Parts: sequence; structure tokens; C-alpha cells
Amino acid sequence: MAGFREAQGDLRIESVTKAFADFKAVDDLTLTVPRGSFFALLGPSGCGKTTTLRMVAGLEQPTSGRIFIGNTDLTGSRPYERPVNTVFQSYALFPHLTIRDNVAFGPKRRGAKDAARLADEALELVQLPHLAGRKPTQLSGGQQQRVAVARALVNRPEVLLLDEPLGALDLKLRRQMQVELKRIQTEVGLTFIHVTHDQEEAMTMADTVAVMNHGRIEQMGAPARLYDLPATAFVANFVGQSNLGVGTISGTDGDFLVAEVGGSKVKIPKARSQVQQGHVMFGVRPEKVRIHRDRPTGVGSDMQATVRDVSFTGVATQYLVTVASGATWSVYEQNLDVEPIDLHPGDQVWMSWDPGHAFGVPSDGAEVPDGPVLADVSIGDVPLQDAP
Amino acid sequence: MSAVAHGAGAPAAPAGPDTATRGKFLPYLLLLPGALWLLIFFVVPLAQLFTVSLQSQFPGYPGYYYRDVNFRNYLDAFTEFAPHFGRSLLFAGLATFFAFALSYPLAYAMAFKAGRWRSLMMICIIAPFFTSFILRTIAWRQILADEGPVAKVLNTLHLLPGGHITETWMAVVAGLTYNFLPFMVLPIYASLERVDPRVLEAGGDLYANGFTTFRTVTLPMSMPGVLAGTLLTFIPAAGDYVNAELLGSDRSTKMVGNVIESQFFKVPGGYPTAAALSFTLMALILALVFVYVRRFGTDELV
Ligand SMILES: Nc1ncnc2c1ncn2[C@@H]1O[C@H](COP(=O)(O)OP(=O)(O)OP(=O)(O)O)[C@@H](O)[C@H]1O
Ligand SMILES: [Mg+2]
Repeated sequence: MAGFREAQGDLRIESVTKAFADFKAVDDLTLTVPRGSFFALLGPSGCGKTTTLRMVAGLEQPTSGRIFIGNTDLTGSRPYERPVNTVFQSYALFPHLTIRDNVAFGPKRRGAKDAARLADEALELVQLPHLAGRKPTQLSGGQQQRVAVARALVNRPEVLLLDEPLGALDLKLRRQMQVELKRIQTEVGLTFIHVTHDQEEAMTMADTVAVMNHGRIEQMGAPARLYDLPATAFVANFVGQSNLGVGTISGTDGDFLVAEVGGSKVKIPKARSQVQQGHVMFGVRPEKVRIHRDRPTGVGSDMQATVRDVSFTGVATQYLVTVASGATWSVYEQNLDVEPIDLHPGDQVWMSWDPGHAFGVPSDGAEVPDGPVLADVSIGDVPLQDAP
Repeated sequence: MSAVAHGAGAPAAPAGPDTATRGKFLPYLLLLPGALWLLIFFVVPLAQLFTVSLQSQFPGYPGYYYRDVNFRNYLDAFTEFAPHFGRSLLFAGLATFFAFALSYPLAYAMAFKAGRWRSLMMICIIAPFFTSFILRTIAWRQILADEGPVAKVLNTLHLLPGGHITETWMAVVAGLTYNFLPFMVLPIYASLERVDPRVLEAGGDLYANGFTTFRTVTLPMSMPGVLAGTLLTFIPAAGDYVNAELLGSDRSTKMVGNVIESQFFKVPGGYPTAAALSFTLMALILALVFVYVRRFGTDELV
């Protein structure tokens, strides 16, 4: 059975489905994670992230589909046969062993002679060498989490699965651990699959981010690409936030589609729209929108609105405005000018944006996470967004 | 200024020491009923028994004693009944071993594999307690009797050297094993049930196959239960006399418990011997338990 453990190469998940009774936790999932890349899995609670990782680790067998590392088909093999280690969401440390023995567990099973030394090095990495002699119950939550990271990392597996490995850490420590993990990942060239609720973490660390919802991948790509051009309304609001509105495509104008959204005409680049006719959900990021007292000229798309709320955050000001249809949009203005525009709730304003930044996603069955789904134009919440 | 501060602080001050005192004495207060109970019904009789164990007989008056410090009782009791001590420890040891061998898989299955059958299994283990221990032991006589199914099958297969099970050590050990099984199963089950399945998965994830995970994770984590179960089985089994009485023979399978019983109730003038035997047995068990706990006990024995 040594064959599985020597497997090397890209991780390939091929149309994998996992059903619990008649509920599909993971639904026909296909993805490839190139060897040595950092892959982040984002998604709301219960969307199947942990289940996906468990199938890669071999702790759960897929109902259908296959999982490969390189050319080795791992489907059906046992967890201990796979060159895969997991940082469990619940840590799952061995309560009867000291921290050092916890970390040395993997190396010992593989017959490493210097297991204790490897363990101490790994503990050094997570800044816990002074606690090596303690038992897990004598550690704080964040310390236990770091031990869990060390215990998996020490094995230098072909694929490392991290299930929200930094969730219990304070911001400073989390940033340090992110840097540390990224460094190890690049140096050793391991494949990391990192599940996180912190989109900033996903964005800054990952080469590829996949957004999962209801057991399916909604969209996958480089972080900047994902942010710039969401393919579904769900992604548009799960990764960052977007001003969205359902409209009807009424024609074209050169490289642009023209759509009627809430009584206004807006333009969407043809190349940036998932739909070319019929109903469309128009979207534009809040920081791409400018706000003016008077109707601007020659800037592309614009729309009239009423200010509802102004919040000054130092480097930027966030405006909540109500557009003609009654929906709320959000606008971020960088405080670049010496004298910022002085606006108050109730003021009539104009918004404008470069139509090149607009995007169109399918409107039917569109799901906007967490936020109220408004009739035509909506602003979604940013789920679990981390303060920078 | 300081006077004002002092005045303001004064009314609150008495509350401090008061609650502190109450906090200090509360644990003792809670201990009191139990401690009293132990004192009256355990420590006092024990001391009384100890004095009896040192009494001497009036020569020529069987059944009459005088207060004395006669350690010969211990020597006599031990030399005369050494085989019984040996049997007690051996039978109890065997019963503990078999009970462990039967209980661990059972407790393991209940904790990890039983699913919805778990409660039913639990009931099956506890239900026998609802009938008398004596009756159940007598029932074993029938099960193991020469005309019973077990002896018949073994005899047909020529696997039973003496031809009998009852009246032999086998019946006594079988009875002890049966009677103390729940005391082994329940603590082991309780400790296995607390094992997080994720922790076992972590074993698998870290290159330990099923057996290695069992050896390095499951078994060590269940050690507190194993320790408690073996003690709860071994200690009462070593002092038991019912199984040897009902299932054993008159000669070759008597245990210390039987001797103590007959010295107390049947032999005139046997009181000091019986008391000395009781103390010797207690000392032996204490010593064994001490060594055992030192050897296998862990600091997680909670
Ligand atoms: N053993 C199981 N039996 C039945 N349903 C399960 C089982 N394991 C998971 N599920 C269901 O599958 C879905 C996906 O679960 P999963 O643990 O993968 O979510 P997740 O994306 O990791 O969520 P979170 O971010 O909260 O950890 C959930 O709805 C969950 O209830
Ligand atoms: Mg999860």
C-alpha cells in the first residue's frame, strides 16, 4: 500500500459527490489544484468545505467521483495511506499526549528517528516551544490551534488541508501565522488547501480562490480576477460587496450592453456580462462609484440618488444612498481632497462610474448572501468581514 | 481625607472576612455527613474488628476470649489458610482478566459502533441487577451442570478433562467473571464514550492504521476506565465467597471469603482467626492495588 503515500502531483477532484441520506453536502465538484499552489476555499457555513477536505483526507469516501494526486487514484484508500495531513477545525489534539508527543505523532508513525527534534522545530515555527511539555487541556484555544497546525505541518505532506486553521487567533498573531504559513508553503512547495471565513486572508494568501455554495463551486480564479469580475450574484456579494440591480437588456452600444435598471439606463461591457440578452443582474463595486452634487458630464454611467447615511472612516467615507427605485446603494469615496464634499442625509446627489467597471451576472435564481434581497437594486452585506 | 475614606470603607469591611470564612469552611461542612457515616459504620467497626483479631482464647473454654495483643492469630491464620489466599487472588485475577477480555470489545462496540442499539445494550448490561445476585449465581449452576448444555457439548468434544464444570475452579471463575462484568463494562464504556471520534480520525490522518491508532490513542485514552474497572472487579472478587460457595466444591475451590464466613459463623472460637484473616486479606489487596495503580495509573485518573 506504499503506493498511495508516494503519490505526487496536482490534486484533482473529479465530479465528486457526497450525499448524506438524500442531502448532497458536496454536489458534483470538479477542481484541480496544481502542485505547490495555495488554494483557498471560501464559502458560507454548511456549504460543504469540511466535507470536501474530509474526502481528500480519506476520512469520508465520496458517494461518486474520484480523487487523484498526480496519476495515483486515492479514491477508496485509507487516510493513513495518503500523503495528506489535516489541521482539524476542532483541533482534535491527543489529550493524553504532551504537546511535543502530539506533534511527534506523525513522524513517529512514519519511523522518523528524530521525531522529537522535528516536533520541536515545528513548535518553534508556531512560537510555542516553551509549552512542549504541557498537555493540550493546559493550553488556550489559540495555542491549541497552533499545535494542530504544527502537528500537520511537521509531516511536510504532499497536500496539507487547513480547516479554518487561524480562526481562534488574534489579529496580530493571525497575520504572523499567515506570513509563516505562506513562507513554508513557498519554500517547501507543498500544496495547501486552506478553508477560511476571512476573505482578506484568502485574498492575500491564495494563488487561487474558490467560492463554494450549496456543495458547488460558484466561481474559481485568481483573487484579483474574482473580485474584479464575479460570475454570479452570490460571488459578487460574498467576496467584497456590490451594488446590484435586476434589469432588462434593451440593446447594445458598441462594446457595451445597455440595460434598464430601476428606471435608469446603464451600460455593461459585453465581455464582462455573463448574459447577453433578457434579464440581467447589473453590478458595480462601491469603490468604483463617485458621488457628486451636480450631474457630472462625460463620465459614462450616472444615476440620481438621495443620501441616507454618511459615515466617515478616516481614509474613506462611506455613503448609503437611495436610488430612484427605492433600493440602497453603497459608495466609498477616498478622502483625497483637502475639502471633502460636505453631504448630509436627505441631500440630492448624482452618482457616476466608469461603465468599464460594471459587470453583469445571471439574475434568475440569483442568491445574495445574508443581505436583504431587494426587488431590483440591493446592497449585500459582507459576511464575516475582518477589520483590516 | 483619610478619615473619610476609612469611614466609607468600614461598613463594607466585615463582609470580606465573613464570606472568606464561609468559603473556607463550606467544603468541610459538606464533607461532614459522609465523614460521620464513615466514622460510625466503617472506622469504628474496623477498629473493633482489629481488637478482635488480637484476642486470645480462654484455654479450655471454646468460644470465650480475653483482650490481648496476640499476633500469633495472624501467623496461624496465614499459615493454615495460605492456599485459600492463593486461590482468592488467583480466581479474582482470572475473573478480572476474563471480564476485561469480554468487556473491552463490548464497551468499544457500544461507544463507537452501536448507534441506535446503544441504549438497548446498556439496558441488557444493567437489567440483571434487578434480580438477586444469589439467584443469578444459582442459575449458573444449572447452566454449568453436568446435564446442562455447556458441559454436554464440551464432554462430547472431549474438551472437559474432569467431566464436570460445577464443583471446579472453572465454575467459580465463570461465576465471578459473570457477576462482576458490569463493573468492568461501565467504567470502560464511560471513558471510551468521552473519546472524540475526531481524535481517532486524527490518528488515521497522521499515518496510524486502525490497530496503531487503537494502541497509541484509543487504549491510552481509555486507561482510566480500565483501571477503575479492574479495581472494581478484582477487589470484591478477591473477597467474594458466594460464587465459591454455590458453584465450587467443598474442598478444592474454597476462597478466603469462605473461610472467614465459616470461622465467624460455624467454628466455635473462630472469631479472632476470622478477624485476622479479614485484615490480612485487606492488607494484601491494598498492597496489590497500590503497586498496580503506581504501575498503570496515570494522572488522568479522574
Ligand atoms: N455526517 C454527516 N451527516 C449528515 N450531514 C452532514 C454530515 N456531515 C456534514 N453534514 C452536512 O453537510 C453540510 C456541509 O457540512 P460541512 O461540515 O462540510 O460544512 P462547512 O462548509 O465546513 O461549514 P462550516 O463553515 O460551518 O464549517 C452541512 O449542511 C452539514 O449539516
Ligand atoms: Mg467546516
